[in-house]
Amino acid sequence: MADKIAADIAATSPSGEGMAGNANSGDVIRARDLCLTFDSNDGPVHALKDVDLNIEKGDFVSFIGPSGCGKTTLLRVIADLENPTSGSISVNGMTPEEARLNRAYGYVFQAPALLAWRTIERNVGLPLEVMGIARNDARARVQRTLDLVGLDGFGRKFPWQLSGGMQQRASIARALSFDADLLLMDEPFGALDEIVRDHLNEALLHLWAKTGKTICFVTHSIPEAVYLSNKIVVMSPRPGRVTDIIESDLPADRPLGIRETSQFLEIAQRVRNGLREGHSDE
Amino acid sequence: MSSRQNGIVKGHDGIFKKLSPIVTIVAALVVVWYGFTVYLNSPWQIDLYKKADVEWTMSDLVRDTMAHNRPILPAPHQIIVEIWETTVNKKITSKRSLIFHAGITLSSTLLGFVIGTILGIGLAVAIVENRAMDKSLMPWIITSQTIPILAIAPMIIVVLNAVGVSGLLPKALISTYLSFFPVAVGMVKGLRSPDLMLIDLMRTYKTSRIQLFWKLRLPSSVPFLFASMKVAIATSLVGAIVGELPTGAVAGLGARLLAGSYYGQTIQIWSALITAAVMAAALVTIVGIVSRVTLRRMGLGS
Repeated sequence: MADKIAADIAATSPSGEGMAGNANSGDVIRARDLCLTFDSNDGPVHALKDVDLNIEKGDFVSFIGPSGCGKTTLLRVIADLENPTSGSISVNGMTPEEARLNRAYGYVFQAPALLAWRTIERNVGLPLEVMGIARNDARARVQRTLDLVGLDGFGRKFPWQLSGGMQQRASIARALSFDADLLLMDEPFGALDEIVRDHLNEALLHLWAKTGKTICFVTHSIPEAVYLSNKIVVMSPRPGRVTDIIESDLPADRPLGIRETSQFLEIAQRVRNGLREGHSDE
Repeated sequence: MSSRQNGIVKGHDGIFKKLSPIVTIVAALVVVWYGFTVYLNSPWQIDLYKKADVEWTMSDLVRDTMAHNRPILPAPHQIIVEIWETTVNKKITSKRSLIFHAGITLSSTLLGFVIGTILGIGLAVAIVENRAMDKSLMPWIITSQTIPILAIAPMIIVVLNAVGVSGLLPKALISTYLSFFPVAVGMVKGLRSPDLMLIDLMRTYKTSRIQLFWKLRLPSSVPFLFASMKVAIATSLVGAIVGELPTGAVAGLGARLLAGSYYGQTIQIWSALITAAVMAAALVTIVGIVSRVTLRRMGLGS
């Protein structure tokens, strides 16, 4: 496993940040020796320690680990919502801040985070409004993304009139509406029940296949991570670090039944072992 | 369909459930009030009987204590008669019309309320958007409310008169002095109410400060604004009445209270008080209705 990470590092330029932009144009995200330390009353908390990571264009990467392993923090660093203490990270060959100012990514939070006073279509159109996109163009895009997430016909509803699952669909639509190539999702289905979750997992896979976006997906569900991703990043807490990166060789076409196959269970077992190993370090 | 019918039935139930406690309390208060009318007015009435050297019974006493011209405590029906006499049976333009006086007080209440609300919102925006303002303004705003309004009201009137401002505005400014406070405090809380997640969300869109204000902070604050405005309109009315007291104003509910106390016209005082209370209730209700309609339109009502 350690070899695997070493191999990942070897595959990229050792000179780090300066070369990040042009060394490998296929990389959407590249992190080297990334550390983030929070100061707390009980002393420093190492949320992220020496994280090395490459995410290629079109990847579906899941970040999995127990709470406190820094998976959400890592996502927030990519999104420029947190600043790393040391190390380097690039998003689309830029610093995270430049990437954010270029509106390089759409972010989906744990909660739908819809504005209660806006209808669904006005919520989905919010980023377009902020970006100053012409009204007609914006309306067409909102319609297209609502179709994409299966919310056609619900545009005029207020958020409270929709179920939790539909609200989360709306928040995904909002993240997709301005056509960023990168989608960052922080446990988007964590609060939903199993059936709705299965349904949205399927829908997300379809969406990924249709749009070819790069998706970073934080979860603490092993089946969800294995089902969705082609790359699984296993993390462990205190200090938050990457313990394993698993490439999944599951076929692109994944019916829900694939979760019963031995191939699926094998990968799930490897993820579980990785998680357990991280725990035994304490 | 059935849920709709249920809704209607529930609505009726709701009205009765809402009204019955209010009616019970009012009835109890009226009974207590009549009791006190007899109790408080009887010493003087008994004195009168003694001076006139007449025999009197308990029923005489009860009847006569409720018929004084200047009782210590007038009976509720005396007040109702007085209010009727000075509203329905007087021309609105008459100096003796309660509607005329209420109108004067209402106009300065509303002017003061509007200025106070605008001032309160302005201060809240300054406090939320500017760190220095946050540090420097808030202590003064709180201090301003620790000074008794009765002490500062004459000063405001005198100073404004000296610089040539008179009439409605000085009184309205006393209403403003009271009403800006709840609005400022409520709006600060409202503008700061958006969840951190929503602020992060806006940040991912590279939202400017101005956009963040208009698209997130301001709409989030609307429910807080209306809650504050309910308090503010009631304190505006208090401010307007207090503003009429020290100025020797000749018109307004405050003037009625003052004139009543000069001449011992307790019935007049009480009818002005009741009118003020009814007005306050009506104003708060109107703000409540506007609030409900607005919030429902915004999709925030349920």
